[in-house]
Amino acid sequence: MKKSVFFGALAATTVLAGSAFAGTLDDVKARGELICGANVGLTGFGAPDATGAYKGFDVDLCKAIAAAVLGDAAKVKYVPTTGETRFTALASGEVDVLIRNSTWTYSRDTDLKFDFVAVNYYDGQGFMVKKELGVSSAKELDGATVCIQTGTTTELNLADFFKSNNISYTPVTVGDDSEALRQYDAGACDAYTTDASGLAASRASLANPADHIILPEIISKEPLGPVVRHGDNNWGDIVRWTYYALLEAEEKGITKANIDTVGTSTTDPEVKRLLGLEGDLGAMMGLDKEWAKRAIAASGNYGEIFEANIGTSTPIGLARGLNALWTQGGLQYAPPFR
Amino acid sequence: MALLYVRRDMLAPQAPPASQSGAIHWVRDNLFKGPFNTILTLLAAWVLFELVSLSWPWLANGVWSGASSMADCRAAVAAKAGPDASGACWAMIRERWPQFIFGFYPPELWWRPILTFGLLFVALAPVLYADNKSAMSKLCGVVGVLTVICLIGADGFSFHTVLTIALFAALTAAAAIKPRLLLIVTLIFPFLALWMMWGGSIWGPISVMVGFALVVWVVITAQPKLGTIAATILAVLAFTAFFLDPISSVLDLAAGVVNFVASWFTSTNWHPTLAGSVFGLGFDLRNLLPLQPQVSEAWQAMLPYDLTYVASDKFGGFLLAFVIGVSSISISLPLGILLALGRRSDMFLVKTLSVGFIEFVRGVPLITMLFTASLLLQYFLPPQTKFDLILRVVILVTIFSAAYNAEVVRGGLAALPRGQYEAADALGLDYWQAQRLIIMPQALKISIPGIVSTFIGLFKDTTLVSFVGLADPLRGITTIVRADIAWKGIYWEPYIFVGAIFFLVCFGMSRYSMYLENKLKTDHR
Repeated sequence: MKKSVFFGALAATTVLAGSAFAGTLDDVKARGELICGANVGLTGFGAPDATGAYKGFDVDLCKAIAAAVLGDAAKVKYVPTTGETRFTALASGEVDVLIRNSTWTYSRDTDLKFDFVAVNYYDGQGFMVKKELGVSSAKELDGATVCIQTGTTTELNLADFFKSNNISYTPVTVGDDSEALRQYDAGACDAYTTDASGLAASRASLANPADHIILPEIISKEPLGPVVRHGDNNWGDIVRWTYYALLEAEEKGITKANIDTVGTSTTDPEVKRLLGLEGDLGAMMGLDKEWAKRAIAASGNYGEIFEANIGTSTPIGLARGLNALWTQGGLQYAPPFR
Repeated sequence: MALLYVRRDMLAPQAPPASQSGAIHWVRDNLFKGPFNTILTLLAAWVLFELVSLSWPWLANGVWSGASSMADCRAAVAAKAGPDASGACWAMIRERWPQFIFGFYPPELWWRPILTFGLLFVALAPVLYADNKSAMSKLCGVVGVLTVICLIGADGFSFHTVLTIALFAALTAAAAIKPRLLLIVTLIFPFLALWMMWGGSIWGPISVMVGFALVVWVVITAQPKLGTIAATILAVLAFTAFFLDPISSVLDLAAGVVNFVASWFTSTNWHPTLAGSVFGLGFDLRNLLPLQPQVSEAWQAMLPYDLTYVASDKFGGFLLAFVIGVSSISISLPLGILLALGRRSDMFLVKTLSVGFIEFVRGVPLITMLFTASLLLQYFLPPQTKFDLILRVVILVTIFSAAYNAEVVRGGLAALPRGQYEAADALGLDYWQAQRLIIMPQALKISIPGIVSTFIGLFKDTTLVSFVGLADPLRGITTIVRADIAWKGIYWEPYIFVGAIFFLVCFGMSRYSMYLENKLKTDHR
């Protein structure tokens, strides 16, 4: 009897707890701060700099959301999350949104009860080899030793790729990226495989980047994007459409520099709607008229964010590739703002 | 008849033969005594030579300054020792050392952790050196000078420096004249440190201190009149009223049950606040307890005094390691002693609970405990509860090391001859008097090496907090540094730097333990 009362109370608390998540927008507004689950340190995507300020491609999306919701891009608290703690941090309500290069997969979306609201970076697993090896395709890597981080999906992808191409390899397992880089540099393995974005950063940090090439094969799909909890669709909409606003801004040529003037000079009704000069799109999500304008002004449009953090002008030097706009042969496509 | 063959004057002493003295003797005796020893010596010499010849160029070509990225370092090494040479890049440490030491603690507030760290030694002095006046005053003086140097380095010569000089001069004088005065520092240090590190209103820690004083006062005044049991109950009640909020918890639980039952029939939601207000008088029971924040707020309103608040996510590097290490060490020892006594107790409940606690905690890896702190507690606590991650980690690390300490202390207790317990009984001492005066001084003396090993292990284990996303010096800060494209690819240097500091601290603890063992050696074995 006592036991059932206890479990009843527990269940009731859980129900209460579930309903407490429903109003993430209200929570964020009441708190005056967006809590963003960030990476503990990933080059170009999200890491604190020497002064402790978070910077990076993912971090700029956090800033855009904070600007849209709270009107100030600086009102973000970054909670560093590891690969192990990230999903619990989100599920338990410790963070409002998780923006730390998490791959959108079926089980995470359904079983873990999350919503991947957008894909802000299409990544995939690639290979880096030394030029002197004379290899131009991953299919020529028969018998090669490959450095691979243990306990990641990249390990499984690698096994699948070699099996399906009927070639053999010897894995050299390493703990993390820095160790992999060290082993690869010391010649302990012929090839290093991880996400292509990480490979580019690793290649840039080697003594002679020109001596190494990243092979053209991408052997897996890694769509990375912001994650929110199931059950609060309005909050999911806000994160999704803030991201799309950045995309749309790039497509329409709205930049950080011209955002104050483009509204008056343009004749495009969609730009006017986006900037809050016509209609009232923000109210449909519980925001004000200028939410998207502030989000874009925070760090610029999608293209500007990409170029500033990981683009070809940075040492990391990633090409847009799949992440180009759909008008330029990429996959980044924002639904219409109307 | 004179015995002519007996010598009457002594021969002058002669130097021992060359084979029995000096360097040659030492070498033969220690390095080449027999074929087995000789082989071992040659092997060791070869290994040493290989190690040094491998690492020497790397160390000798090290770049100490003037580089702001790995590329700069590589260029500097190439310019110094040719294109294929390898070299250490200590310039990274030069640029990023504040992060390794302070994490993201705001630079203009560095004086706070520095001063707290200095005061830590003053607070420890009476514990470390008992009544040894000269050792205590020497410690205070040296720590004071070092603290002032660090402060000037971090902050320039400022108001804080003057304050610190005056403070440490006074403390050194106190240590030299009346060392017992330093016990006051020891008692208030935990609260002072909390306030110095995190900042906020000064009345928070003071009210907590008042609360503890209240509990102690209740015990002292009630115990002679009402007996131990009644005094303990009163003390628990006082503690509950001052620090906890049982009314709200009961109301929340009741509301949970009522709403759960009611949800089968209606859709009404019984709100705990409604239940808590006394008959609609507008007075909410939920606001009654705990008393501590109310006392603190009242004083803050009258005499506001604040230090800038520093959030926990600014803590990192060795600052974090010391916060976790020092607080866990200082709480886990008394807790461990109590658990050890509990395990040897005749009272069934106390014994069972102690054994259960110790065996459970020792059977679980520390990483599991850390994940519990970071993940599981989040599910159990009400949503949006702000229960600081560092505090959660400190609590679980303390529990972990208390279980180990308990077993170490139990070993010391078991080593005492039975006669010591019987002697205490024969003198008519009660349980606590016997423990305090006879048993513990001997048992703890025996356990010193074990206790210090637990402490050293605990301090090194603080690096494991990187698994729950805290910026420990070894992995957390190193990851952050490597995430900067300028320093990506650096490998050994941060490990060597952090390892060296850890070695210094742990070696210091170990040397102190040897000093203490020597000092307390009363037998003449």
